[in-house]
Amino acid sequence: MPTAVARRVLAAVMGLGLIVVYLPLAVVLVNSFNSSRTFAWPPSQLTTHWWSQAWQSTGARSALRTSVEAGLGATAIALVLGTMAAFAVARYRWFGRESVSFLLLLPIALPGIVTGIALNNAFRVAGARFGLLTIIIGHSTFCVVLVYNNALARLRRLGGTLEEASMDLGAGVWQTFRYVTFPLLRSALFAGGLLAFALSFDEIIVTTFTSAPGVQTLPLWIFGNLFRPNQAPVVNVVAAALIVLSVLPVWLAQRLSGEPVGARH
Amino acid sequence: MIALAGAGLLVLSACAGGSGGSKSNNAAPSLPKIPMASSVGAGEGELDLVNWAGYAEDGTNDKTVDWVHPFEKETGCKVNSKIGNTSDEMVTLMKSGQYDGVSASGDATLRLVYGGLVAPVNTSLVPNYATIQDFLKNRSWNSVSNQMYGIPHGWGANLLMYNTKTVSPAPTSWSVVFDANSPYKGKVTAYDSPIYIADAALYLMRHQPDLKITNPYALDTKQLDAAVQLLKTQRTLVGEYWADYTKEVQGFESGNSVLGTTWQVIANLVTSDKKGPVAAIVPSEGVTGWSDTWMVAAHAKHPNCMYKWMNWITSPTVNAQVAEWFGEAPAQKLACDHTADKAFCTTYHAADKAYSDAIYYWTTPTTHCLDGRGNICTDYATWTQDWTAVKG
Amino acid sequence: MRAASSWLHRHTTARLLALLSLPVLWVVVAYLGALGAMLVAAFWTTNDFTGAVEHRLTLSNFRTLVEQPVYRRVALRSLGVAALVTAVDTLIALPMAYYMAKVASPRARRLLVVAILTPLWASYLVKAYAWRVMLANGGVVDWLLQPFGTHGPGFGLIATIITLSYLWLPFMVLPLFAGLERIPDALLEASADQGARAARTFRSIVLPLLFPALVAGSIFTFSLSLGDYITVKIVGGTSQLVSNVIYDNITTGGNLPFAAAAAFFPILVMVGYLVGVRRTGALEEL
Repeated sequence: MPTAVARRVLAAVMGLGLIVVYLPLAVVLVNSFNSSRTFAWPPSQLTTHWWSQAWQSTGARSALRTSVEAGLGATAIALVLGTMAAFAVARYRWFGRESVSFLLLLPIALPGIVTGIALNNAFRVAGARFGLLTIIIGHSTFCVVLVYNNALARLRRLGGTLEEASMDLGAGVWQTFRYVTFPLLRSALFAGGLLAFALSFDEIIVTTFTSAPGVQTLPLWIFGNLFRPNQAPVVNVVAAALIVLSVLPVWLAQRLSGEPVGARH
Repeated sequence: MIALAGAGLLVLSACAGGSGGSKSNNAAPSLPKIPMASSVGAGEGELDLVNWAGYAEDGTNDKTVDWVHPFEKETGCKVNSKIGNTSDEMVTLMKSGQYDGVSASGDATLRLVYGGLVAPVNTSLVPNYATIQDFLKNRSWNSVSNQMYGIPHGWGANLLMYNTKTVSPAPTSWSVVFDANSPYKGKVTAYDSPIYIADAALYLMRHQPDLKITNPYALDTKQLDAAVQLLKTQRTLVGEYWADYTKEVQGFESGNSVLGTTWQVIANLVTSDKKGPVAAIVPSEGVTGWSDTWMVAAHAKHPNCMYKWMNWITSPTVNAQVAEWFGEAPAQKLACDHTADKAFCTTYHAADKAYSDAIYYWTTPTTHCLDGRGNICTDYATWTQDWTAVKG
Repeated sequence: MRAASSWLHRHTTARLLALLSLPVLWVVVAYLGALGAMLVAAFWTTNDFTGAVEHRLTLSNFRTLVEQPVYRRVALRSLGVAALVTAVDTLIALPMAYYMAKVASPRARRLLVVAILTPLWASYLVKAYAWRVMLANGGVVDWLLQPFGTHGPGFGLIATIITLSYLWLPFMVLPLFAGLERIPDALLEASADQGARAARTFRSIVLPLLFPALVAGSIFTFSLSLGDYITVKIVGGTSQLVSNVIYDNITTGGNLPFAAAAAFFPILVMVGYLVGVRRTGALEEL
């Protein structure tokens, strides 16, 4: 345990850090009431006009829906593939096992623009029709590793004894997974899935290169609207609303998983 | 071929006082043979567009700004619009072959035409074409050999904007943004795109006649090097480059920038925010500008809907609406009677032929010189890499 | 179903293959295939006029990249920015994660994790624009620094580093927090009981155990910084980074070959880094 002085210093840094983290978000919130159309600071006048305008913006709402769909799709793929890969690595010894982590990590470790133009080129060569599906594929490449790492850490900690016991008692592969492994794995999967969803939700670079006309995720909508002369304030409102709303899923996740997201024991 | 291409250029070089249109033995790049539509049938029910933000508004961004839904209702063509943020992005998107049409600026049009990505347009199938401003028809950036490759949409100039409080005396020349001794070091802003090299070339055209630049988009290696050198000097003056409205308006309002290239709509925005008095002028050297054209994809899946769209967007009321929302001069003559702001067309010089002719519109630089000197010019890929070098 | 289940039960290899086939197929086909195709394109060229890709083997793209000094400058600048962002984030995230994992009460800990995660949901673009507002002339930063007789850095590389550090901070805090949580308190107490000062305990016990988590966080901050071309456009003044070069070339005339050649640089840097840290176990800490 740190000394009393160290604790106080740490607390001070923590507090300062949080202030720095939230200051820009506060600026966004204040700016959503700023009467200037281009966030002139300090605001000369406040207005709720942008909020009512944003509320009527069906574009923002449908973009939000697309983002959620893309996020859920990518997360679902990541959950399935990540869990499978984690099992293969944690429960079996085989040649090449070491490389799996490396391979799965590549899409997130290589810069987004590289992933983006590589996929764009591949989709075009393959003659794929760009749309929600290509966005989901694009996002899932870098989401898999988040689930994989969370699941792997949990599986290693659990060891294989419980599963062996279950199988020795006559349970099949499915039964064992469903009644023994999955409940123990659930919170780790939740944590990984949430991180994957969050990453997909705010991704713009890969999305830019994998989307199609009429299919707009929220970040793309925001980007497009920053280029319109009269829309920047509405973008601020959407962002402010997102900040407020985002507390919900994170908090819910904490409740459900019963442990801090991001922590793996 | 060259003579035909030169026809459009003659108009351009007439005001530039340049030579232009001279015949050359160097072969022009071959024009892909793309068939032209001969009739417009029933709509195909769908339309995929690549367009500038603000050109295909459907009310989802601002409820009161909507000319897409009325179009859908009238024609049954459901519009999917993809925003291209730069001309270059638009060309890339068109290459994917997924789109029926594009609102291309002059720095993209020839690339689209010679790349075989767009088809010639049968203007007789677009009734509203008849009342398009005549000075926008058959120009070098929207036609080849007097064959239109699109329907003009709107245009504007890249003006010099300055803060009237801090910049004194009022500038009349671009020299304040190019001269190494400019008193506004660190407060200058410039457009962040390779096409901006043309602005430097235009300046050199007037100030260094020995370089013999006749068209800022037709630069041989020596002329390009001179322009790049000028821009490298300018970089020491520049506080930041801009590429979107929001950024430049903010720069002027906060005082980070006090003078630089602008569009009329940006000047209007700064003025309406009352955050600092600005003026936007045409300096003595002249200006570059853009002129946008709706083009039909060579292998459009929904060509009928695209023809209907081109007629719709150039109809007087819609063209007025989109021009006002975007902030540019409408291409449609009759649009000026339908703008909400009655002074709009005057502010934007919409019917001012002389004003329009004095603009050097964005055109794609190609190795095949636009001023007819042969194949000794620098292409846009070279400009792009040189622009990287300018920014350092 | 039952039969399949018992068959799988008896055949370990089959089970392994069943588990492995999909994920590996996915990565190899969807990702490595695409990546490979793009890297091959780096050896092609484009037609001068139409910008169409021509399948003619050449090293000219690489020659340009190596010979033109501007690309070397941009590459070094990008590395510097990514390294500085990583350093700044580490310095800020370490004490924060330490406080969260070892000082805060369990209840406070949970709240703090929420507080760190929440900004991830606010749009990245909007946050970058918020920093633009704050760093502008007479903005919040100038206003805060005024009492100290100084002013903000304005737009430029420093502004870029500040904004990127801000954007990627949660990606450093979370792995560090998880890593610290795994270190048993008893270990730290034992060290203190043996007479080690806090600094010594941190250096000799915490840091070595935390190293993989640190590397994991740095992979995030480093690669995200290296791949960003938007932030630098918003707050970078006149600066450009390697991703701008890639982006400009891909969108400008669709010069895929040159963009792909330029992409070799961040790819080599990141792969090199990953291979270098593979032994630390960091790759499984993200």
